[in-house]
Amino acid sequence: MNFDPRYSTRNFASVGTRPIRPDGVDKVTGRARYGADFNMAGQLVGRVLRSPHAHATIRKIDTSKAEKLPGVKAVITAADLPDLTDGDAAMYDILDNCMARTKALYDGHAVAAVAAVDVRTARQALKLIEVDYELLPHVTDVDEAMKHSAPLINDAIFTEGLEEKPVKPSNVTKRSQFGHGDVHQGFGHADFIVERSFKTEQTHQGYIEPHACVASVSSDGTADLWVCTQGHFVYRQHCAQLLGMEASKLRVTSSEIGGGFGGKTHVWAEPVALALSRKAGRPVKLVMTRDEVFRASGPTSATSIDVKIGARKDGTITAAEATLRYSCGPYPGSWAEIGAMTAFACYRLENVKTVGYEVLVNRPKTAAYRAPSAPMAAFAVESAVDELAKEIGMDPVDFRIKNAAQEGTRSSYGPVYGPIGIGPTLEAVKNHPHMKAPLGKNQGRGMACGFWFNFGGQTCTDLNIGMDGSVSLAVGTVDVGGSRASLSLVAAEELGIAYEQVKAIVADTSSLGYNDMTDGSRGTFSSSMATISAARNAIKILRERAAQMWDIAVDDVVWEQGHAVAKGEKHGNLGKLSLKEIAAASGTTGGPIAGHSELVADGAGVSFATHICDIEVDPETGATRVLRYTVVQDAGKAVHPTYVEGQYQGGAAQGIGWALNEEYIYGKDGRLQNPGFLDYRIPVCSDLPMIDTQILEIPNPNHPYGVRGVGETSIVPPLAAIANAVSNAAGVRMAHIPMSPPRILAAIEAERAG
Amino acid sequence: MVEVTLWGSLGAAAGGKNKVEIEAKDIRELFRKLAEQYPGIEPLIDRGIAVAIDGTIYRDTWSKELPKGSEIFLLPRLAGG
Repeated sequence: MNFDPRYSTRNFASVGTRPIRPDGVDKVTGRARYGADFNMAGQLVGRVLRSPHAHATIRKIDTSKAEKLPGVKAVITAADLPDLTDGDAAMYDILDNCMARTKALYDGHAVAAVAAVDVRTARQALKLIEVDYELLPHVTDVDEAMKHSAPLINDAIFTEGLEEKPVKPSNVTKRSQFGHGDVHQGFGHADFIVERSFKTEQTHQGYIEPHACVASVSSDGTADLWVCTQGHFVYRQHCAQLLGMEASKLRVTSSEIGGGFGGKTHVWAEPVALALSRKAGRPVKLVMTRDEVFRASGPTSATSIDVKIGARKDGTITAAEATLRYSCGPYPGSWAEIGAMTAFACYRLENVKTVGYEVLVNRPKTAAYRAPSAPMAAFAVESAVDELAKEIGMDPVDFRIKNAAQEGTRSSYGPVYGPIGIGPTLEAVKNHPHMKAPLGKNQGRGMACGFWFNFGGQTCTDLNIGMDGSVSLAVGTVDVGGSRASLSLVAAEELGIAYEQVKAIVADTSSLGYNDMTDGSRGTFSSSMATISAARNAIKILRERAAQMWDIAVDDVVWEQGHAVAKGEKHGNLGKLSLKEIAAASGTTGGPIAGHSELVADGAGVSFATHICDIEVDPETGATRVLRYTVVQDAGKAVHPTYVEGQYQGGAAQGIGWALNEEYIYGKDGRLQNPGFLDYRIPVCSDLPMIDTQILEIPNPNHPYGVRGVGETSIVPPLAAIANAVSNAAGVRMAHIPMSPPRILAAIEAERAG
Repeated sequence: MVEVTLWGSLGAAAGGKNKVEIEAKDIRELFRKLAEQYPGIEPLIDRGIAVAIDGTIYRDTWSKELPKGSEIFLLPRLAGG
């Protein structure tokens, strides 16, 4: 990579404006094609048979009756997806999660699948598959799963990260620890100490569009996959590896995406659809029902967290400690590790220690959800911080400002911070009119801070200039939050042309080099860096072509505001050449004009936010109403401010749902009781006030425009901000998320009873 | 010679050390020498390690130079959403 990503100040012409979104018309008219909107000639309907048991050995699967049913073209089990993972444990877990091999590990775990001519036949075929299960004891609660008496989910797993190698297998797959200083000594210097335990229940990303794909495997070994995903290149790698294909022979095209939030970073149905198509010799369309989405795809962890924070009378925190237990589903993960890293990241601490435990349970495999693991840790820490401020008698914002991390602070997860935005977000909140607005009876106000790392990653982009001077931008990160508009603005900015001259598309895996998953808030950060690089490469060619047209040296040509300009006294009588004029002559000056870029976008720059929330609690029923909500967050540089605000609002809305209502509820039989939006309540428009936003711009030094990721941090503070608001309104500390009406009422009644 | 701080799990793989000194000009050389000197770390490198250089986290730019006197921190490679 010969590209300098360092930030430098500049005046922007396109970046920072708010043009109409390029995908808007298609989306509001129904023309946009999502995962389930694609069809191929002769396609079959795929359906998956799922375990109704939380934990069971699969003794035998008899598919003979289903195979004989007229209209059934293929039936597959784990035998049709042999283990080709070559010792890669993480890939093996993905394979086993796609199709159970020896044990069903949760209610909803896939055990077989069919492809048939229509839905009715496919459903009938599923009923004809006979699975002989031997039921095993199960455990779905994170604390219960850690007990020595808990049913063991995988007897080959021994806890990693312990000083002494364990001799017995355990549901605890890993212990991780972060921090510095001496917390014992630090607590000794504290005048006030708050110590409390918290729980958060498992939630789903709740994307409106279910997982959907169409797979078509040809007899020559090539294949096409149309799919709703956050990362078609990663899906190609995973599917190719699991099916024993060469990656280049599998072309994956990403559809429009109806929400992902981390839940579409992981293959579930896609390898199954490809295996069905390979066996049937016809395309197979596989669309998950909402019930399947809940039971078998990407929930976040349920958690149990202990926090202890001590401070002096003057408000200086002397020590902070947390123990975090996160459920991973039935496969190992690193979710508690992330929680342990993010928990105290907002603060400047001399003594801090966090310990994370990854815990197996008989629930679906945990997947990322927008700043994964950080919201739960922030809920526990920010609740305790609020309580401590109250004990000391300090304003909660002032207490946080006094202890906020700043440039040069050693973060609680290790490294020293560069320029960061936690302080400015707190100052903005302190001065925000929202903080001074009066509150009525049974109303409470809460605020909280949040942190997320942000990532970059491998990125490839093509910029092609047509002979009419219009520009096609082909990117490999999926447009999960408006990146086509943002990247068009960036291309227009670099080339010095109008936004309307640029059309961005998401290219398929056979048309562009590899791109990492669109996660970690990296879409606009990474692909804008690659777009800038590609545009600068194209400008180099544009200058060369202009030099040819003028018959002068290329060094005498500069690029200014969308035009080639000849510099030097001897070229004084040459007029400017526009991009359009150079493009029109390209056929005789060397052919097509394009810019390409492949790079690793690293140095994403950490992100901070502070939120304010007003809540009204009905003390008779425990029902809540969100009255007002404000998000303040650092964006580095907001490329398209409307989309940035949308990310802030979306994260807050999802956080409000998580804080107040959303919850996986399991019965004693280990089965999910509420796999649908009627019983799993996400917020709708009438549940939410207009969410106010304030964008701060503290430039990221590792991006030419100063851009930071903005997609995830906004979901980190809401759980805590809302918990602090509810606690203030109800007069009792809420320590269990979601704060559903029954839970709030029980807390109020317990407080009344003394 | 750069001083490298290892996070908890990585330290266990390096014989309980949380700091090691390595002669390395960039991340690639750092990983190679770490794997040579502490074979237990190699599987963790294969699984993914991020390197924080003076507070900026690098996950894939193995050509990134390690300036003398800089603070080098090895961290788990994390997932995003």
